Amino acid sequence: MEAIIEARKVEKSYGSEGKGSIQVIAPTDLAIYPGEIMAVLGPSGSGKSTLLRMLTGLAKPSGGEIIHHGHEVGGPCENVSIVFQSFALFPWLTVVENVAAPLKARGILAAERTQRSVRILDTVGLDGFENAYPKELSGGMKQRVGFARALVVEPEVLFMDEPFSALDVLTAENLRGELIELWQSHKMPTRAVFIVTHNIEEAVLLADRIVVLGKNPGRIRTDFRVSLARPRDRKDPLFTQLVDYIYRVLTRPDLAPALQPQPAIAKPAGPQYQMLPHARRGAIAGLLEMLADHNGRDDMYRLAAALSFEIDDLLPVVDAAVVLGFAKVEEGDVEITPQGRAFAEADILRRKELFRTAAMEHIALIRQIRRSLEAKVDHSLPDTFFEDLLDEHFSEEEAKAQLDTAIGWGRYAELFDHDSTARRFFLPEEASASKPEPEAASR
Amino acid sequence: MSPRALSRAVIGERTWSRLLDLLVFAAVLAAIEGVLVIARYWFGAITPAAHISRSPRSLPLYAFYSVVRIAVAYLLSLVFALGYGYIAAYNLRLQGFMIALLDVLQSIPVLSFLPGVMLAMVALFPTRQLGLEFGAILLIFTGQVWNMAFSFYASLRSIPRELREAARIYGFGAWQRFVQLELPYGAIGLVWNSMVSVAGGWFFLMACEMFVLGKRDFRLPGLGSYLQTAASAGDTGAIFWGMGTMIGVILLIDQLVWRPAIAWSDKFKFEQVESSSQASSALLHLLRRSTLLTRFETAVVAPLSERINMRLARGGTHTHTAPRDTAWKTVVAMVGGALLAGAILYGLLQAALTLKTLTGPDVGATFKGAAATFLRVFVALVVASAWTIPAGVAIGFNPKLARFAQPFAQVAASVPATALFPVLLLALVQMGGGLGVGSILLMLLGTQWYVLFNVIAGAMAIPSDLREVADVFRFRPWDRWRTVILPGIFPYLVTGLVTASGGAWNASIVAEYFHFKGRTLSTLGLGAQISSATDAGNFGLLLFSTIVMAALVVTVNRSLWRPLYRLAERRFKLEG
Repeated sequence: MEAIIEARKVEKSYGSEGKGSIQVIAPTDLAIYPGEIMAVLGPSGSGKSTLLRMLTGLAKPSGGEIIHHGHEVGGPCENVSIVFQSFALFPWLTVVENVAAPLKARGILAAERTQRSVRILDTVGLDGFENAYPKELSGGMKQRVGFARALVVEPEVLFMDEPFSALDVLTAENLRGELIELWQSHKMPTRAVFIVTHNIEEAVLLADRIVVLGKNPGRIRTDFRVSLARPRDRKDPLFTQLVDYIYRVLTRPDLAPALQPQPAIAKPAGPQYQMLPHARRGAIAGLLEMLADHNGRDDMYRLAAALSFEIDDLLPVVDAAVVLGFAKVEEGDVEITPQGRAFAEADILRRKELFRTAAMEHIALIRQIRRSLEAKVDHSLPDTFFEDLLDEHFSEEEAKAQLDTAIGWGRYAELFDHDSTARRFFLPEEASASKPEPEAASR
Repeated sequence: MSPRALSRAVIGERTWSRLLDLLVFAAVLAAIEGVLVIARYWFGAITPAAHISRSPRSLPLYAFYSVVRIAVAYLLSLVFALGYGYIAAYNLRLQGFMIALLDVLQSIPVLSFLPGVMLAMVALFPTRQLGLEFGAILLIFTGQVWNMAFSFYASLRSIPRELREAARIYGFGAWQRFVQLELPYGAIGLVWNSMVSVAGGWFFLMACEMFVLGKRDFRLPGLGSYLQTAASAGDTGAIFWGMGTMIGVILLIDQLVWRPAIAWSDKFKFEQVESSSQASSALLHLLRRSTLLTRFETAVVAPLSERINMRLARGGTHTHTAPRDTAWKTVVAMVGGALLAGAILYGLLQAALTLKTLTGPDVGATFKGAAATFLRVFVALVVASAWTIPAGVAIGFNPKLARFAQPFAQVAASVPATALFPVLLLALVQMGGGLGVGSILLMLLGTQWYVLFNVIAGAMAIPSDLREVADVFRFRPWDRWRTVILPGIFPYLVTGLVTASGGAWNASIVAEYFHFKGRTLSTLGLGAQISSATDAGNFGLLLFSTIVMAALVVTVNRSLWRPLYRLAERRFKLEG
């Protein structure tokens, strides 16, 4: 079957060529075929949205090419639509003007524009709201306008960038059902749907084909078809099995998934600098306490539910517990280590101590900051010193985020302090006074 | 409702809208007549020093001439600001240069251009009034345009990414993107900056309608020249007539132009949820109900816009094209750049030649004057802060007081300080005060309002729970100020002070040097230096003191205001 849009060895990196450049997406092959709903899943930072923007021609790949019906894409693709996470409606245009805007861009006359827009608004269940302004509508209705605007041009491929994540649970479920119905009854002339999401159940519910991305840099980890019959039932054992499988793939970044044979997985490039997961230590403590209560081991899926976290939000916390040596991950389960248990059961002062020991032992960046500060006579260094150091390994934004996380952890551990106005790191007073071994309980 | 009552209501509605149409029609007729009057005057023979009558009967015509000058200058500014902002936002190669240029141009005292621009324009149209008029308009334009350009640039840069992407993926052409995305997104900022700009326009209008250049006397019939003439003659009656007319015109413009514009721009607020408070304007409401205007809209405006769109819509033929060859663009850019560089070089050379006429004592006097004016600006800002901070906080914290005080302050602020100068001077001279101290008062008059309004806005923005904390813990007054109020208003205060200091520098040119009843009052200062150099036609000194002033303003901006701004952004921003 001939692909509609095909990515050939596309990659994306930011920053200048060579030393300072950061690869966001490693060379990747991906094709969108007619007749399927394709879902792309991945943790944040895996470049899902960047991939979508390259496939639509909105973003230019740094390498490789995007082929649309046999031609290389140079600008935004003709005949595709995007449904945006934030809806991206023009607040100063009425509903019908919003929907008619793409038709206006194609040079279609006013009368026909209105007629087609009204018809499509009817299809998505918004008749009667033609002359309302977006701000008068609820979130679900706004996204309906977003759908209508995307469908009015009868796109060949409908792209959706986390279309339901800004909506409440019930509204999202309702819209998903309607999308499936439109697709199955062929009420929309669209030949393929490409949906980016971080919600695993959503992907399993909607998609004929699921692609799971990994991060650092973004790459395809697995790509398989879903053979469940429609309508799909969340309680079907096959459904939950598939959800579980995807959880396991997502939570074991080091494991090569092996459910279906899979064309070569791009290798991560170069040796990696240790990356701090962006988790606050309060969340880490919460996770460890929860684990200790659950007999020291629990399924990631159940933990997320118990903490009412999206898996996307839980992952960095688990990562943080793992790098600190407080927990380890096995087969989609999280298990607490003896150090982790000691931490969960300790009082406030003792926790600080344990955290300090763990951070100095396992976290390269925190160790580096502490050592550098100790080496300086005035025990103080500017942010820029460490930013320059991190810039070689991370994007500018990520370098800042790394430093912020390190500041949060280091402050808690009383290893160093930071002045955000002067943008300098310094040692806490008692530590700089009594230099060698900073004993915490001495207060 | 009974059928009869209903039909009466319909008839009432209909006669009402007929009446509206009649009014609109009359307004159109009046506008045509106005254009004719202006055309006859502009293309008439040149009279550089018109006789200015002090009779109140000539005031309507003078007011009309002044308003036309401001309006034309404003329209020019709007077009220029849109173009400049657009290019600066999208041409990445020119961006840095254009924004830096904006910063410098904003700091150059406009009034120093007065002689150069006037002479050039008169040379361009030696026989028609047009030259003189255009010179005045150009000056007002340079006083209005920069903040508008910057506002539009900043709006364009802050358009949310997904809205841009929607416009791109749905293939919006340049025109559609401008009308449906860029202009609406920038509209609110443009309207507010337009108000500020036009208020500033009045300031310059007063100064450039009447001045002396060497041996040549320039006088344009208008409100500014009327007031100056009346003040020189000490004609108190005429001064009051003039002031009254000016305040009336400003109030009228506020009601007829700005109120409707604000209410109209409300629709472009970028918000996803409807807010409770909405601006309203009775006039806008009425205009929307006029059948004549609606018909004009559907019969002329809509088809025209449709036609433009059809011409520019891409009609779906652009895909699959690799990026177009841009070689010719590079050539054009290089040729343009070379021409520009040549022009700049020539200008520099000419400037150097002009500066050669400078004498040593002149340079010394300029620096002494700069120090004196610097001190004056500083004192003016301190005095302004001293009364506006407590007053502004009181108004901002007290809604009842705000309802009463704000409209009053707005009127007071929109009366151009230059118009009040003659009156104040009269008082100063009678009291026997010198201009050295008096000029500080004059600077204050023009600039304190910026501080006041910003402090009010800042005080209103302090969340009530922070104030409640202070109440609950019984903060003493000083602690309350130190921990809640001052940090809360700090970012607003900085904004107000930046604007005020710019205004004060500009005001020094008219405040430190004054023709009055046939003699010249002046005091030591950079502004006086610029004014007297203009009077004497000493271009070398004029250029030099202008450069010194611009350099001072830029330096103060860079070394004082910008760091304070950053501090405000970082430390004192109240976030939700």
